[in-house]
Amino acid sequence: MSVQTWTFLIVGLSFAVYIGLAIWSRARSTGEFYVAGGEINPIFNGMATAADWMSAASFISMAGIISFVGYDGSVYLMGWTGGYVLLALLLAPYLRKFGKFTVPDFVGDRYYSRVARIVAVLCALFVSFTYVAGQMRGVGIVFSRFLNVEINTGVVIGMLIVFFYAVLGGMKGITYTQVAQYCVLIFAYMVPAIFISIMITGNPIPQLGFGDTLNDGSGAYLLDVLDQLNRDFGFATFTGGSKSTIDVFFITAALMVGTAGLPHVIVRFYTVPKVSGARVSAFWALLFIAILYTTAPAVAAFARTNLLRTIPERAYADVPQWFARWEDTKLIRFTDKNGDGMITYSGNGAVNELDIDRDIMVLANPEIADLPSWIIALVAAGGLAAALSTAAGLLLVISTAFAHDLLKKSFYPDLSERRELGFARIAAGGAVILAGYFGVNPPDYVAATVAIAFGLAASSFFPAIILGIFSKRVNREGAVAGMITGLLFTTSYIVYFKFLFPETNNAAHWWFGISPEGIGTLGMIVNFVVSIAVSLFTPPPPRDVQEMVARIRLPG
Amino acid sequence: MHGDGKRYWHTNLKYLTAILSVWFLVSFGCGILWVEQLNQIRIGGFQLGFWFAQQGSIYTFVVLILVYVGLMNRLDAQYRAEEADS
Repeated sequence: MSVQTWTFLIVGLSFAVYIGLAIWSRARSTGEFYVAGGEINPIFNGMATAADWMSAASFISMAGIISFVGYDGSVYLMGWTGGYVLLALLLAPYLRKFGKFTVPDFVGDRYYSRVARIVAVLCALFVSFTYVAGQMRGVGIVFSRFLNVEINTGVVIGMLIVFFYAVLGGMKGITYTQVAQYCVLIFAYMVPAIFISIMITGNPIPQLGFGDTLNDGSGAYLLDVLDQLNRDFGFATFTGGSKSTIDVFFITAALMVGTAGLPHVIVRFYTVPKVSGARVSAFWALLFIAILYTTAPAVAAFARTNLLRTIPERAYADVPQWFARWEDTKLIRFTDKNGDGMITYSGNGAVNELDIDRDIMVLANPEIADLPSWIIALVAAGGLAAALSTAAGLLLVISTAFAHDLLKKSFYPDLSERRELGFARIAAGGAVILAGYFGVNPPDYVAATVAIAFGLAASSFFPAIILGIFSKRVNREGAVAGMITGLLFTTSYIVYFKFLFPETNNAAHWWFGISPEGIGTLGMIVNFVVSIAVSLFTPPPPRDVQEMVARIRLPG
Repeated sequence: MHGDGKRYWHTNLKYLTAILSVWFLVSFGCGILWVEQLNQIRIGGFQLGFWFAQQGSIYTFVVLILVYVGLMNRLDAQYRAEEADS
C-alpha cells in the first residue's frame, strides 16, 4: 500500500476513535465541562496532561530545532520538563485543595479582588490564543504534506474535529480523547526512533543509542562522528553551544517557570479526586512526557547524522525521492549558486545552497531513513494527535475564562449553571473559529509570540500563585502591583526587541546579555520584589483569606 | 492552624527546600553552569555535562517528583493518625 493510503487509513481510524470517545464521555454539567467532575484517575490524568502539554512544537519542531542547534536546544528539554517539578511541589496540590475551576478563580479569591481576577483572565486568554494559533498551523502542515490537501483545507478539517469534541465533550470529553491521543503520539514518536536507532547504532533504545558507537564497524561514537561532520561542513558542533551561559540559564528558567504557570496545564490538576492525586498525577505526567523528551535529542542526532551523510556533495540530479517531495512543499529549497549541479551544504552562508526548514526533520526522518510506509503514516497521525490535543485543551481554557471567570464571576454572578454551560460552549465555538482563522492566515509573529506566552505566564501568574500559597502576608495591593509591573516589564522588553527594533535584537544590546526569550525570568523576579515590597507597606489580607491560606496548606 | 498543622507545614517546607536544591543543582548546575568542566569527563559516547543537559536532568526531575510523592504520602498519613488521636 502507498504512503497515502496508509495515512488515510491510520489518520481516519484515529479520528474515529477520538470522536467516539467524545460522544461516549460528553459533559452534562459545568463541573464536568470545566474539570471533568474532578473524578479522573491520576494515571489517565497524567496521560491527558502529557498530551495536552506536548504540542505540535514538541512533536514536530523540537527535535528539528535540536538537530540544528545541538546543545543550545537543551533549554527546551530542561525548561519544558523542569517546570513539572515546580508544578508538583509548589502549585498543583494546593490549587487542587483550593477546589474551584481555574487559575483566575484562585487569584481572584486569594487576593479578594475583581481587578486581580480580570488581570489573570486577560493573561490566560492572551497566552492561550497565542498558543492555539500555532497548533492549527501545525495541523495544516501535516495535512498538506501527507494527505495532499491544501494547508487551508487541512486547517478547516482540524477545526471541525476539535470543534466537535471540545464543544460537546468539555473537559471530560477532552480528557479521554487526550488519553487516546497520548497513546497515538508516543507510539508514533517511538517506533521510528527505535528503528533508526537500530539502523545507526544497533541499539534498540534511542536514549542509549544516542551515546553508543555506530554499527558500521568503525567503533566511533555517534556524537563524535556527528561533531566531526558538523565541523567538516562549517557548522557549530552538536555537543557544544553558541548561546552564552547566562542566556541559556535565563531562557531555561523562563521556560520552566512559564510551564508551571500555563493555565491549560494547571487546570488539569483540578480534575483529579484528591490532593495526593494531584501530586502523583504530576509524576505520571512528567514520566509520560520524559519518554518523548529524552528520545527527542537522540532523534535529533540521528536525523542530523543521516542528513549530513546523504545530502551534501551530492549531484542534484540523483537526490533521493523524499528530497523532491519536500521540495514541493517549499520546506526544502536548493539554489545552485555556483552552477556545478552539486548540492553544497555549509555553515558559511555565502556558499551554502540548501535551506532546510527545521520543522520537517521529525516528519521527514522516517523517509530519510527509508522506513516502511506505514511508519510514515503513523508519524502523520502522531503529529495530528499532538496538535489537536493541545488545541482542545487551550480552547477549553479560553471558553472557561470567558464563561466562568469573566461572565459569571466578574459581571453576572446570577448566571444559572445551564446558561453558563451554554456560554462556555459558544465561547469554545468562537475560539475554534478564531484559531482556525489564525491557522489559515498565520501572523508572521507566531514564533515571536510564543516567547511572549511563556514570558507572560512566568512574570504574571507564577509569582502571584506562589506568594498566594506560601505567604499569608502578601495582599491584594501587592499582587496586583506585582502582576502588572511583571507583565509590563516583560512585554515591553519583548515588544522592543521583537517588533519595534528587531535590528538591535542581539547580545550587544540586551540587558545583561538576556535575550527576549529569557526575559520572563527577570520579569518574574521584578514581580516577586514588587509584590512583597508593596504588601509590606499596605494592610495585611483579611482574616478569612488568611484562614483560607492556612486551610489549603493542610492535607485534604 | 494548631500545633500539628504547623509541624506538617514545616516538614513539608523542609522537603521542598531539599528537593528543589537538587533540582537546581542538577539542571542549572550540571547542565548549564558547570557544563564545560563536566564535559571533560566522558561516559561512553557522552560528554557528562551534555548528558546532564539533554538526558540526566530529565531523569532526575521524574525521580524527584516520585520522591516527593512518597514523602508527602507518608507525612499525610502521620498527620491523619495524629488528628485521629487528638
